[in-house]
Amino acid sequence: MDNANQVDPAKSAELFILHDQVHEPMHDRFLWATMQRRDAEAAAIPEWEELREIASKIKEHTLTHLDHYLEAFEANATKRGAHVHWALDAAEHNEIVFSILKDHGVEEMIKSKSMLQEECQMTPFLQSRGIKVIESDLGERIQQLDGQPPSHIVFPAIHKTRKDVAELFARSVGTDPNNDDPHFLTEVMRNNARPRFLAAGAGMTGGNFAVAETGTFMVCTNEGNADIGASVPPLHIASIGIEKLVPRVEDLGVFLRLLSRSAEGTPLTQYSSHFTGPRKGGELHIVLVDNGRSRRLGMPDFWHSLKCIRCGACMNTCPVYRRSGGLAYGATYSGPIGVILDPTFDEFKYSELPFHSTLCGSCTDVCPVKIDISDQIFKWRRVMAKKGYLPLAKRLSFAVSGHVLGHPEEYHAMEKVAEPAIDYAPHFLLYNRSLNPWGRDRELPQIVKQTFREWYLANRS
Amino acid sequence: MTTQSEATNHKTISKDMRIGLFIPCYIDMMFPEVGIATLQLLERLGLNVSYPLNQTCCGQPMSNSGDEVNSAPAEHLFVENFKEYDFIIGPAGSCVKQVRCHFDTIDQTDEVKHIRQHTYELVEFLHDILQVDSFPWAEFQHSVAIHNSCSSIRGLGIAKPSEIMGVPFDKTANLLSKVKGLVLVPVDRPDDCCGFGGTFCVTDEAVSARMGLEKAHDHLRHGAEYVVSPDMSCLMHQQGIARRVGLNLKYIHVAQVLNDGPF
Ligand code: SF4
Repeated sequence: MDNANQVDPAKSAELFILHDQVHEPMHDRFLWATMQRRDAEAAAIPEWEELREIASKIKEHTLTHLDHYLEAFEANATKRGAHVHWALDAAEHNEIVFSILKDHGVEEMIKSKSMLQEECQMTPFLQSRGIKVIESDLGERIQQLDGQPPSHIVFPAIHKTRKDVAELFARSVGTDPNNDDPHFLTEVMRNNARPRFLAAGAGMTGGNFAVAETGTFMVCTNEGNADIGASVPPLHIASIGIEKLVPRVEDLGVFLRLLSRSAEGTPLTQYSSHFTGPRKGGELHIVLVDNGRSRRLGMPDFWHSLKCIRCGACMNTCPVYRRSGGLAYGATYSGPIGVILDPTFDEFKYSELPFHSTLCGSCTDVCPVKIDISDQIFKWRRVMAKKGYLPLAKRLSFAVSGHVLGHPEEYHAMEKVAEPAIDYAPHFLLYNRSLNPWGRDRELPQIVKQTFREWYLANRS
Repeated sequence: MTTQSEATNHKTISKDMRIGLFIPCYIDMMFPEVGIATLQLLERLGLNVSYPLNQTCCGQPMSNSGDEVNSAPAEHLFVENFKEYDFIIGPAGSCVKQVRCHFDTIDQTDEVKHIRQHTYELVEFLHDILQVDSFPWAEFQHSVAIHNSCSSIRGLGIAKPSEIMGVPFDKTANLLSKVKGLVLVPVDRPDDCCGFGGTFCVTDEAVSARMGLEKAHDHLRHGAEYVVSPDMSCLMHQQGIARRVGLNLKYIHVAQVLNDGPF
């Protein structure tokens, strides 16, 4: 098996932890605090659990009638003057966007945050064709300046400290590297972005929700950057995944109450903007993107992942994500939602991701649309095991223990000859004895003189 | 997936009922005192308990890694060993969760179904089925932090997960609060995973160790002398870490406290 292409999240997470004493603890503490705010906000809503249930049902309904709602959305958006395009995959999406930009003679474009455009690798595609692409979301801009993908779907640069950002801006914008005051840094970027909004020939956004009955889509941000990008340049292009549909305007009431509370522990995003048709004198293009979504919809164990509203709560609550940093997942989507989405793009490349989890289940309980994330991680492990993608050491050791554990005579014989504590330790803890990863940071339990079984034989039978 | 609410819920159980004692492999080999405490406690409560001698392991290490081929022999053997019993009680949340929730790739015969519905973790059995309201023999003059494992909280429902909104409950705390002298101390992150995670603790060693270390510091910061859990596997990991860095914390199973030893 060729491992060159395979992502190794455990190794990358180790590097994140060992890098210094600052980054990992800061990352963990910030996200933990976000979770605590989320818990407090959720607790203030007596019908929280009911809301989650309704949101889940609306999404399930929409996804199981997706053809109908997509066509309704297209018809209604078109009626209101938007141009609707259909993209089967990332390549088609990028081509469509490029041809719209080309038709309008656009050389510079400003965009707000969109995980879908990230998924399609749109920016490098456009840049290789001579179009300048500027990120306007602060976190995304930081990542763009640093040549890194976002490490979190809501807080793209959350793995960085203020000091990292100050140094990055000093290198790229020429500010004082020692001034890491967040207000100063934000202001620097704001001033840096303003002229870009004016220079841009087009603004691009994503879309958090698309309403079938009106052809409206909604963009939620805290910085208002999407609104400027959509309002200043004459051309607005929005990329929207086909799973973003909801049937009615009133459904937004359910999702808006859940989204920002789950994402950041705030009642609402600062800007929750509805776009229905182009603004006066402007042009609006909507690209509806599949890119593997309809295939996922056909996967009985995994289609519920399409309910995701990209709030990031599963990442914030995930004890493994908090210690790993999002870049460790080596994929567009990180954390628990990444673990269940990424393998649908490339099973081999992301075959280790489902093992980068303790299966603690917190993600499932926090998810505002009740995706069974933890169960899906478990099921992905079964898929990987069936395909022979289990790490080799595990495979060998389980073949032995699988047999022994099914044969009590052999098992108890093995138990008898075992002497030192290391031999008493269950096989699974010591699958690689020469490396002994158990013992690097932990003492082994003390040796016992008598197993429970031996005690029982001596005392009860 | 079967959850605790679907499992049978007998309020009273008769003394003639046969209780099978399920002692997971690592408890048998490394923490026999936990097995002894569990057996003695159930006997004190007047139950007819026996320990099938042919048991090995529930198959969890393989099953949790997605390897259903290699977990199947252990699962079949488990069914063979316990099919005659009315209840199967194990002092280990994650192993009970494996039986209840993940014995789903083997044939779902009546025996398998019976076993999945009647296998209980010790705390939930004492709390929900026996509804024990006192442990007059037990005394524990120490400050205790509870570590409910993730499998016990989110798999078996022995405490309310912090993410779910509603009235808080903690069955382990309820039982321990009936023990004379015992003082429960609150911690900052009661249900944040400790990083054991079965094979995770060796395949993802760096993250696992970091999580375990933070857990130990949380316990220490709040003045706990003992960490008490229904899952010895988490404690084995936490204890290994605390010992390595020389933190003064002791780790014992909830059965040992409720039975007043052996320690
Ligand atoms: S899976 Fe659920 S919790 Fe995670 S980002 Fe999506 S909606 Fe949010």
